[in-house]
Amino acid sequence: MDKMPKWADVILTPLISLILAMAISALVILAIGESPWEALTTMVDGALGSSYGWGFTLYYTTNFIFTGLAVMVAYHASLFNIGGEGQAAMGGLGVALVLLYLPLPHWALALPAAMVGAALFGAAWALIPAWLQAKRGSHIVITTIMFNFIAAAALNYVLVNLLRPVGSMDPASARFPPATHLPKLSEMAAGIGLDWGRNTPVNVTFFVAIAACLLVWLLIWRTRLGYEIRALGRSEPGALYAGINPVRIIVIAMLVSGGLAGLMAINNVMGESERLVLNAVEGAGFIGIAVALMGRNHPFGVFLAALLFGFLYQGGGELALWTSIPRELIVVIQALVILFTGALDNMVRMPLERIFLAMRKRGRA
Amino acid sequence: MDFATVIQILDSAVRLMTPLLLACLAGLYSERSGVFDIGLEGKMLMAAFTAASVAYATGSAWLGLIAGVAGSMALSLVHGLSSITFRGNQLISGVAINFLASGLTVLLGQKIFGLGGRTPSLTGAGRFPEIQLPFAAALRDVPVIGPIYAELISGHTILVYVAFLMVPLTWWVLFRTRFGLRLRAVGENPASVDTAGVSVTRLRYAAIAICGLLCGLAGAYLATGLSAGFVKEMTAGRGFIALAALIFAKWRPWSALGATFLFGLLEAIANRYPNLDLGIVTIPSMFMNALPYILTVIILAGFVGRAIPPRAGGEPYVKER
Repeated sequence: MDKMPKWADVILTPLISLILAMAISALVILAIGESPWEALTTMVDGALGSSYGWGFTLYYTTNFIFTGLAVMVAYHASLFNIGGEGQAAMGGLGVALVLLYLPLPHWALALPAAMVGAALFGAAWALIPAWLQAKRGSHIVITTIMFNFIAAAALNYVLVNLLRPVGSMDPASARFPPATHLPKLSEMAAGIGLDWGRNTPVNVTFFVAIAACLLVWLLIWRTRLGYEIRALGRSEPGALYAGINPVRIIVIAMLVSGGLAGLMAINNVMGESERLVLNAVEGAGFIGIAVALMGRNHPFGVFLAALLFGFLYQGGGELALWTSIPRELIVVIQALVILFTGALDNMVRMPLERIFLAMRKRGRA
Repeated sequence: MDFATVIQILDSAVRLMTPLLLACLAGLYSERSGVFDIGLEGKMLMAAFTAASVAYATGSAWLGLIAGVAGSMALSLVHGLSSITFRGNQLISGVAINFLASGLTVLLGQKIFGLGGRTPSLTGAGRFPEIQLPFAAALRDVPVIGPIYAELISGHTILVYVAFLMVPLTWWVLFRTRFGLRLRAVGENPASVDTAGVSVTRLRYAAIAICGLLCGLAGAYLATGLSAGFVKEMTAGRGFIALAALIFAKWRPWSALGATFLFGLLEAIANRYPNLDLGIVTIPSMFMNALPYILTVIILAGFVGRAIPPRAGGEPYVKER
């Protein structure tokens, strides 16, 4: 028998963790002599108060859905993939190569081609850590950290020495052909006569991200592979006994995870900057960790958590613009969310379990 | 490449390896006790910030050093709370600590100094002076030995010498004292230590405190020895290179000296020759910068010797009732 009802496990504990993280963030804001209430209203206004704000919030949300799903899939196989940053960066390279060297006449063709490129490059970057974990027992956390740095160095080299157009000083690739321009949501809204979110970067990739949530849900809970991933994550000896090949599952789970992280590139590289720039990922790979933890490793939770972080990210930008609070406040909030929902989970859970046990006893008596 | 250039590169390597060595030994204590620590980067960053701020405010590098250690220890305590007391995931806690430091340093720095996260430049007693060892000036003109003594061995800040002394000290503590034996045992098989009536919790907290102390020294050296003040994200991945060095050294103090020297040397060479021309091939600096990580992956893969971490590493200890 579980110690707590399911709703307490799924909703109450993350909510309390979130409240704790927010309370400490408010204390930090107080400590630097600003008003937490004013900060909150500025953020809500800036991120959700206008279609312009929403346009940016949803753009960031799209990024975080992909990286959050990536962390989540690996987590179900009990692998902690903190290489989302490097995998997403490599996905960007995949997108750039596809769009720069394949003559694609229309975005509807370019999008699937770029998705294949992004997913392949992201997955390839996760393959070596996965293989080393599965075959040689090298800890995947360490190898994926190392691969983040190797990816940054490799991308730096490629952009400076290979992809940079002749005569340009900027370490960035050439612009992608105009035919591959992804429609923005604002353009789609204008098409049906709505004035929504002009000059915002959110684009069709948002729908791809939602589709990815559904597909990942199907994969993890409705397919044989998903079952094997979860079985391995729960207990490796148990999985072995059930005839599951751990090497195969570890590699496949990491390939899916890397592919999802790589897919983020169709949003930021193809949809927004329309060329590959240095450090295009901007930490979204790491935010994926917070998103997956906050979302309790469920696609719907990931979607909600990504929305929350999209709001924080856009709101943080507005905060830096209108108040004297630097946007690094978001990094602190992100750290606190990871700390409370991830590392200090037991601190919230243990007293809750005790309360529920006491209530059950009283109910029986 | 003449002799003087070699000495200069080696000298620069010694300066650059010092924070790596201190952080690597910090990780060594923590991981040998069974607590994984990927938060070395964050602790160093926090220490660099508190050290630079206090050194600027008081004009004393020594007070800065104490503040640096305190800043790093505070984060160590958070790590201990989540990974020892509440038995949480040590890796996730480390990730959180890195972000916490990265955000808080800029937030507080902007509030206190208003320079976009920087601290004002340190001058005079706010920095650790370079120590001239005895006879350095007199021996300078002796061929070969003179430059080695005067340039390479003499003329570093006190923290450099402390870092080098920490290596034999760490070896002695870990392999020649009762505390060290227990520390290593708690990282391999905590239940046996518990059976012997020694507190696993207390030992691990002690290890984490030492880790915080050494990371504090590393951060203080970065801000008040190597450079003059704190700059946003000034650790620039050094905590992770130290982690790589720790694996490269297979969790052993003397090997840690070798590994951090190698990585410091790579950085020194990359700084001096952005494009290293070896005649046949030109090696770009990006490759030199990525080399520590690539070497670590190769070592981890077990193709060149096998790196086996402490067996109980990453596992919270649940006392039997």
